[in-house]
Formats: sequence, C-alpha cells, structure tokens
Amino acid sequence: MELQKFTYDNRLTNLFIWATVGWGIVAMLVGLTIALELIFPNMSGEISWLVFSRIRPVHTNAAIFAFVGNGFFAAIYYSMPRLLKTPMYSKALGNIHFWGWQLIIVLAALTYPFGFTQSKEYAELIWPIDVLVVVIWVFFGLNLFATIVNRRVKHIYVAIWFYIATWVTIAVLYIVNNLALPVSLTLSYPIYAGIQDALVQWWYGHNAVAFFLTTPILGMMYYFIPKAANRPIYSYKLSIIHFWALIFLYIWAGPHHLLYSALPDWAQALGVVFSVMLIAPSWGGMINGLLTLRGAWDKVREDPVLKMFVVGVTAYGMSTFEGPMLSLKTVNALSHFTDWTIAHVHIGTLGWNSMMNFGMIYWLVPRLFKTKLYSVKLANTHFWIATLGMLFFSIPLYFAGFTQALMWKEFTAEGFLAYPNFLETVTQILPMYYLRAFGGALYVIGAILFIYNVWKTAAQGKFNRYENDEAAPKGPAKKGESFHRSIEGKPLKFTLLALVAILIGGLFEVVPMYLVKSNIPTIAAVKPYTPLELEGRDVYIAEGCYLCHSQMIRPFRNETERYGEYTKAGETVYDHPFQFGSKRTGPDLAREGVKTLPNYKPDSWHFNHMINPQKVSPESIMPPYPWLAENEIDISLTPNKINVMRTLGVPYPEGYEDQAIADLKAQYDQIANGLRSGGIEVEDNKEIIALIAYLQRLGTDVYNNK
Amino acid sequence: MKIVINQLEQIAGVEIYPIVALLIFFSFFVLVTYMVIKTDKNEIEELSKMPLDGNDDLQIDNHHN
Repeated sequence: MELQKFTYDNRLTNLFIWATVGWGIVAMLVGLTIALELIFPNMSGEISWLVFSRIRPVHTNAAIFAFVGNGFFAAIYYSMPRLLKTPMYSKALGNIHFWGWQLIIVLAALTYPFGFTQSKEYAELIWPIDVLVVVIWVFFGLNLFATIVNRRVKHIYVAIWFYIATWVTIAVLYIVNNLALPVSLTLSYPIYAGIQDALVQWWYGHNAVAFFLTTPILGMMYYFIPKAANRPIYSYKLSIIHFWALIFLYIWAGPHHLLYSALPDWAQALGVVFSVMLIAPSWGGMINGLLTLRGAWDKVREDPVLKMFVVGVTAYGMSTFEGPMLSLKTVNALSHFTDWTIAHVHIGTLGWNSMMNFGMIYWLVPRLFKTKLYSVKLANTHFWIATLGMLFFSIPLYFAGFTQALMWKEFTAEGFLAYPNFLETVTQILPMYYLRAFGGALYVIGAILFIYNVWKTAAQGKFNRYENDEAAPKGPAKKGESFHRSIEGKPLKFTLLALVAILIGGLFEVVPMYLVKSNIPTIAAVKPYTPLELEGRDVYIAEGCYLCHSQMIRPFRNETERYGEYTKAGETVYDHPFQFGSKRTGPDLAREGVKTLPNYKPDSWHFNHMINPQKVSPESIMPPYPWLAENEIDISLTPNKINVMRTLGVPYPEGYEDQAIADLKAQYDQIANGLRSGGIEVEDNKEIIALIAYLQRLGTDVYNNK
Repeated sequence: MKIVINQLEQIAGVEIYPIVALLIFFSFFVLVTYMVIKTDKNEIEELSKMPLDGNDDLQIDNHHN
C-alpha cells in the first residue's frame, strides 16, 4: 500500500510545556506562601488580597488546572498525532485552546484574591469564567475528536481512551456542578442547596481528582513510560480492564467526602464500597506502569526521566491505597477535617502529578530542541530534592493529623473533653507546620533547578518545529474482529460507551437524592436568613472562611460535647451554596450563634477577633481581617439576592425584596448600637456587622436561643 | 418559573440502589474481562507497540554528559 507523507507541528506541545513550567512554579510559590502564613498569621498584614483564605484557591487551582492541566495538554498534543499518524486536526483550534486556557488561569488569579468565588472547592471560578471554561473545553474537544476521526491507524491506543474519558467526564461534571442562577456579573447562587449541593460538589470534587488529575496522567503514563523505557507496556490486556474498571468505579466514590455528615446512610455506604473497590484498577494501573520497566531497571539507575516516572507511579499507588483506606468510616472518623487529608493530596500532586510532569518534560525538551539534556546531574539532584521535599511535606502532616484528631477525641476520666479549647490542639501541631513549610521550600528549590535545566537545554538546541512521518491510509475494517476491537475503531461509539459508564454512577448517586423526600427531612423551625445575614453569608464566602472552618458537626460524642447537637440535613435546605467545609484549621462554626453552648461568643468578641485575632487569643493562627470594618455592605444587590433565592425555592414572601433593605438596616443598627455601647467604634453599614449577624444566626434554628 | 427541585414523596426501598449498582458493575466487569481474554494475542501485541512505532524515537543520549 502506498505510504502517505505528513508533518507533525510541535509548536503547541512546546507552548504547553513552557506554560506548565511557568505556572508550576507559580502554584508552588503560592503554596509555600500559604504554608508560611499558617505559621506567621500576620504575614498578610492588612493586605486583603494576600490573606490565606483568599489565596489558597489560587494555589489549588494553579496546581490543578494550570500546572497539571497544561502538562497533560502538552502530552496530548504530542502523543495523539504520533499514535494516530496524523497531525492535530486544526492549528486554529489548538491556538484557541492554548490561549483560552491561559486566559482562564489569569482570570482566576485576578478574581480569587479579590473575593470573587463560588466557594466550591476546585470549582471556585465565578460564572462568567465558568462559561469561558466550557467554551474552551468544547474547542479542545473538537480538535481532539476531529484528529481521532482523521487518523491513519485503525485502532486507538489506550492512552487516547484515557484522554477521551477525561474530556467527556470533565464536561459532564463541570456543567452539572456549576449550574447556578446569576445575581450579578460576579455573583451567582447554585441551584442546589445544603446537603444536595454538597453531594454534587463532592461528586465533582472527587472526580476532578479522577478525571483531571488521574486519567489524563495515566494516558501520559501509557505513552511516555514505554517511550522512555523503549519497550511496550507490560500488559495491554490489563490496560483495557484498568481503563473500564477505573472510569466505571471512580464516578461513584464522591460521597466518601461526606462520611458521618448529614448525607443519608445508603449514599455514604455506596461511596465507601466503590472507593474500596477502586484500589483494584488503580493498582492494576500502577503495576502495569512499574512492570513495564522489567528488565530495564539498570536504566532507572541512570536516567532521571525514568526515576521521576518510577516515583510518580509509586506515589500513585500509595495515594490510591490511602484513598480507599481513608474512605473507611472508622478511618475517616479520625482523618476527616485534619491535616491528614492535606498530606494525602500532596502525595498525589507532589508525587504522582508533578513527577510525571517533570519526567515527561525532561524527556520531551531535548527531543523538541534536538539536543541532549543540559545536565543529567542537575536533574538527578532535582529528583532527590523533590522526593525528600515531598516526604518532608507529607510525613509531618500525617503526624499533625493523627495528633490533632486524637486530641479532639480525648476525654478525661471524669468524662469531660481533655482539650476543650480548640486552640490547644492547634499549638500542639504547629511544629509540624514548620516542617511542612521546610518540605515545601525544598520542593520549590528542586523546581527551580528543573526550570534552569530545561531552559538551558532549550537554549543549547534549536527548536525543531516540524517532524515528517509517513503511514499507510486507514484500511477497511476486518471481518470477524472482536467486539472490543471494533468499538475501539469507532471513536463515537467508544465515547458514548464511556459516557454511559460514568453516567450510570452519576445517576445512581445523585438522582435518588432529588427524588426521595425522606432523604432530607424538613425541620419546621428552620427559616430563611434575614437580608443582613444573607449579606454576611456572602462576606463569609468571599473571604474564604470555609477553607479553615467547617459547618458540619458529626454525630460523635466529642463533637456534640464541643460544638452542640450534630448537624441535620434539614438545617441546610436554604444554604445556596453549602458551607460544610473540608478542613478544621479553626473550630467548627455550625452552631456558633447558640448562646447556651460553650463556644458562644458575644458580638464584641467577634468584632475584636476579626480585626486582630492575636489580641483576643495570643496563640491563634488566624489572620487579621481589618478591612471588614472598613468595607461597606453593598446593598444594591440585596433585593436581587432575595429574588434569586426565592426562585431557587427559599420561601421569602412575594414582595419581600422591597422590604429587605429596611429590615437589613434595622438589624445592623441594632448590632452596631450594641457594639458601640460596649465602647467599640464602628459604623452601621460595614461588612463586619453583616458577618457577625450571620455568625450569630448559625445553628440557632433548632435551639431555643433566648 | 421556579427552579425548585421537585421531590417525590417516596421511593420505596431506596436501599436497593447500592445493591443494583454493585450488580451492574460486577456484570460489566465480567463482560470486559471476558472480551479481553477472548482478544487475539497478535492484535494485542500490535496495539501495545503503537507508542514505539514512530520516527521520533531518536535515541538521544541523555545519560552521559
């Protein structure tokens, strides 16, 4: 058969690589900054846009969407044409994808620090940027599928299945989780409330880990490990089972983020069972990656690329063992809300994602620039520093997690909490936070060596933009081939099957939550927020309070002793969005306003504490929020907020929007007068008054709060 | 129009959901495994060599400098 000639264009791969390198160091430096802010809470001073709770989403989003995202886009733009024997379908679509994605990242960095957020973790982007994400994702998908259609090979290699699953699932997850009604250009409320919102968010959140941080990186693994080791994958059959089992199981596991929460038991059980089963395909993938190196371990000793891959895949194995373990209710009872979670995710990002990115880039840059790596020695140094950095980061946090959880749960012989003051459990683990920052700093130093090395490599070579290849045109289908072979040859059918696999899980999990009224028992005493409380709630969201304070009291004796009655699903029905939180760097706030509970604080305490936490509790690690006493409440949106909430099902009476501002003013007068009578100088219409109103409302509906 | 999620009064026996879910996965898993076992060995070999079948396999010496 006659061979056809064609040309690969390396330009986009190259652009994505440098974006990965650049955003990677940004993500790590912001991470180091927030690690230091936990040790030196006054580091952000009076600068609102540097405070921990506003820039933590910058760190997480930069690591996930900018560093890992650009990394796997580079992998896709390099490996797809070569596996399919055709150039990418459209350079224009590729350019739109690249520049659009970078624009989204820049917009994220320009909105989060200024308090524009949806408060859903890893889905914080405000709605106009969400729309942009969807548009860019569609352009990327068009390019992806059109390239597959144009291919010269009949069958689609397993790496590309992982890319397809990534595209399809992220599209579904992203849209479903971000359904919201806009209030203004920068603010929207999700259509879901409370426990339903939490379930959808963690269905998304967990699968963002699965389909943004795992499947595309597995695609990368299935392409670049064989390349770097110059041998085929250990078992291609295993890779087929790995693929289908992984995408089928992952989608169900989300509820393990909500164990012991107000989520119905059957949904929690479902999440646990599927999370435990996930260990099988995950380890299948890890074993497949590692055993590809059988007979090539001598190369691993010398080649920094393979070293990075080995530690990356091993970290994947470790965190996919740890994940199912953390999903067991007994383990989760201990780990949840502690630094254990932070340690776990960093084994994933610093180990799996980053090492795979580093390895791929060390392999690719010399090839794209037709040269050899500037310094193998430096790359090996980077490897050791990064590995040690990861360990110095995570191991102290494991200790911090165990220690704090055990302290929270400890009772004295007389039956009282051994550490009734939350702060005691924070100061106890502070040394671990120093070590974590040290580990993070090591990792950053390694990354600087990496940048220097790839930069010098590129500088000593010359960019090889075009590469020629040739292949026979795609032949007709053979008769009598197996079913799986035949669907692999048909990308549309294949994509539909993958979609069905993930939708089954999604539907089974989410739909019953909507259908069954008994899942969310209503509580007659629960009433909508007053307009001022609603404004305060938006301040709470904008400042990112949920990143350090949970609002979810679990049904454990130590928690009900410390925080009061455990949280009921019915209490959350007007919470658009939910504010359960996922980490207790500070205490739970679900019942902060209940006067009869030990944690209750008067308005004046909240005021002074917000302005200067260390003046109230000298050892506190909370940063100061002095601007809350200066910024005015924006009441221009209040009527519209009431309207949108009513549309979403919150029972404000018709016409209440006209009454709302008068009610709001009456309430802030009352709170501010109370503060002034205690000698605090404050004006009525400041954000801090709204925030205090919200905090004093929390959890009071089911208590007689006289 | 109100975007209120209408909740039905009751679905009898919601507990069956996880069990059905498990059964669906199990049958699916058995099906995939069966198909994989049935797949021809030569085809598998051909597929697994796809990443190595390219002109970019310039074996650049990365290891000694």
